[in-house]
Amino acid sequence: MFEKVAAALVTTPLWPLQSENMRVHLDAEKCQGHNRCYALAPELFDVDDYGQAMLLVEGDVPAELHDKARLAAANCPEYAITITDKG
Amino acid sequence: MTDTLDQSSGAPTMRIDEATGNKIFSFERNGETIEFVIGSSPEGTDIWQRVPYDADDYGPVSDFETDFDHADPAYNPSAPEVWKALREGGCPVAHSDRYGGMWVPLTNDTVNEVAYDTDNFTSRSVVVAVGRPGDLALPAPIGGAPPITSDPPFHNIARRLLLPAFAPKMIEPWEPEIQRLCQKLLDEMGDITPGESVVDAAVQYAQNIPVNVIGRMLGFPEKDEELFRQFVHDVLERIAEEPGTREGTDDLGAYITQQIAEHRENPRDDLTSYLMNVELDGNKLDDEVVAGMVILLLVAGIDTTWSAIGSSLWHLAQHPEDHQRLLDDPEVMTFALEEFLRAYAPVTMARLVAKDNDFHGCPMKKDDWVLLPFPAANRDPKKFEDPDTFIVDREENRHAAFGLGIHRCLGSNLARLELKVAIEEFIKRFPRFELAGDVRWSVGQIRGPREMPVRILEVAD
Repeated sequence: MFEKVAAALVTTPLWPLQSENMRVHLDAEKCQGHNRCYALAPELFDVDDYGQAMLLVEGDVPAELHDKARLAAANCPEYAITITDKG
Repeated sequence: MTDTLDQSSGAPTMRIDEATGNKIFSFERNGETIEFVIGSSPEGTDIWQRVPYDADDYGPVSDFETDFDHADPAYNPSAPEVWKALREGGCPVAHSDRYGGMWVPLTNDTVNEVAYDTDNFTSRSVVVAVGRPGDLALPAPIGGAPPITSDPPFHNIARRLLLPAFAPKMIEPWEPEIQRLCQKLLDEMGDITPGESVVDAAVQYAQNIPVNVIGRMLGFPEKDEELFRQFVHDVLERIAEEPGTREGTDDLGAYITQQIAEHRENPRDDLTSYLMNVELDGNKLDDEVVAGMVILLLVAGIDTTWSAIGSSLWHLAQHPEDHQRLLDDPEVMTFALEEFLRAYAPVTMARLVAKDNDFHGCPMKKDDWVLLPFPAANRDPKKFEDPDTFIVDREENRHAAFGLGIHRCLGSNLARLELKVAIEEFIKRFPRFELAGDVRWSVGQIRGPREMPVRILEVAD
């Protein structure tokens, strides 16, 4: 149980990378449908009929959406969104 | 709209227990048979246990660290100061002997830990009061108002029945309806003389918005709105009174039963009819479960959002710079909305300790209450930079106003929309206003202004 809590408390860095490549990852197990990502970055996230987040991009995030991806990650209350520089 | 039980959990079967008349649902999950009993308690026994607590024996709170009481009238007006003083005094978890024993985590970490730990903390009752569910109440996985009172695994079953009705794309079409409602309430304030006219932003505005929307979604008569506010007051504010004297609670049950009967006669396209007809693998829900869900939607959907609207307007009345920023730069509302929710989160939830456990040195006993003050977590400096400052365009804001984990507020998309539209319409009509007298705050787990006179300084053309 506490492993889950500990994992949830690990902060996702707000501006983790300077690299030009960006990947977004969504942990569907952690998502509880807060809908923050869809509100902030509808180009990257959609929601299903139950309000659960769905990732719309595969592979690299287009450069013009990097800021929105970071915003979505930085506002997920469940830490379900992470950003890396490769897949 | 129909839904079926998540197939991965196996198809449930239902049988009637002849001795009690209860319905017993059972299904397989991970090779284990899980049973739920759904039905009335035997012979109408009182399903609530009175806890050994008499508010008169205690009086006002002298020390929130050892005698915490969120129903003390002094608490809600100054709650952020209480949390701050306790945290800075080295108290991450406060305690109280009131209500039969209650613990209050106050840091972001401890609030999170309880919220995510559904093994040690049950949601069977989520409102601290002098009564708690007894052994004859609906069993722990279901509770009286599913899914908020449910634990896994039933929780997910009940929640999935309701989630689609509150998903973003089902809620978005309500925006013009809520705009019209807000404009009508503003019109009804009558002729306004700038600099002179005083209106009550809680009584004449905030309190009327969510009750109208949830009443319409449930298909209840608009004329009953005052009654619904009374129900909410009885359930959430009169927590220290004898259950027998809280006659409103019985009225609520009777009212819902009557509405279910009325919907059976006249089924229509609303949430009540939907819940009466939805099937779990071929079985309709028992009326008692439908009533519990309807009570949840009615109670949870009213004073919570009304409090958020009131607190947000309370902030703007005292911070014209934030008010002006919203008028000059409407796009900033995306961030401001979340900052209102963070700084003025209205909802504190509660749990019951499911089994004795040691929580950071606190000897928690089965059936102790645990308050879950998400609003306190939202002001923990370990989680939020400069937490007691309202930053209208705060960019990183993982606030927990709608809770965390599996019980994330089901109505959060509706609440957000109501809050956004209510603020937008108010500041559009009244580009400047200020506090014009004493604010009366709510009592108990839902925090917000109940009376809030504001003087209108400018009216839009």
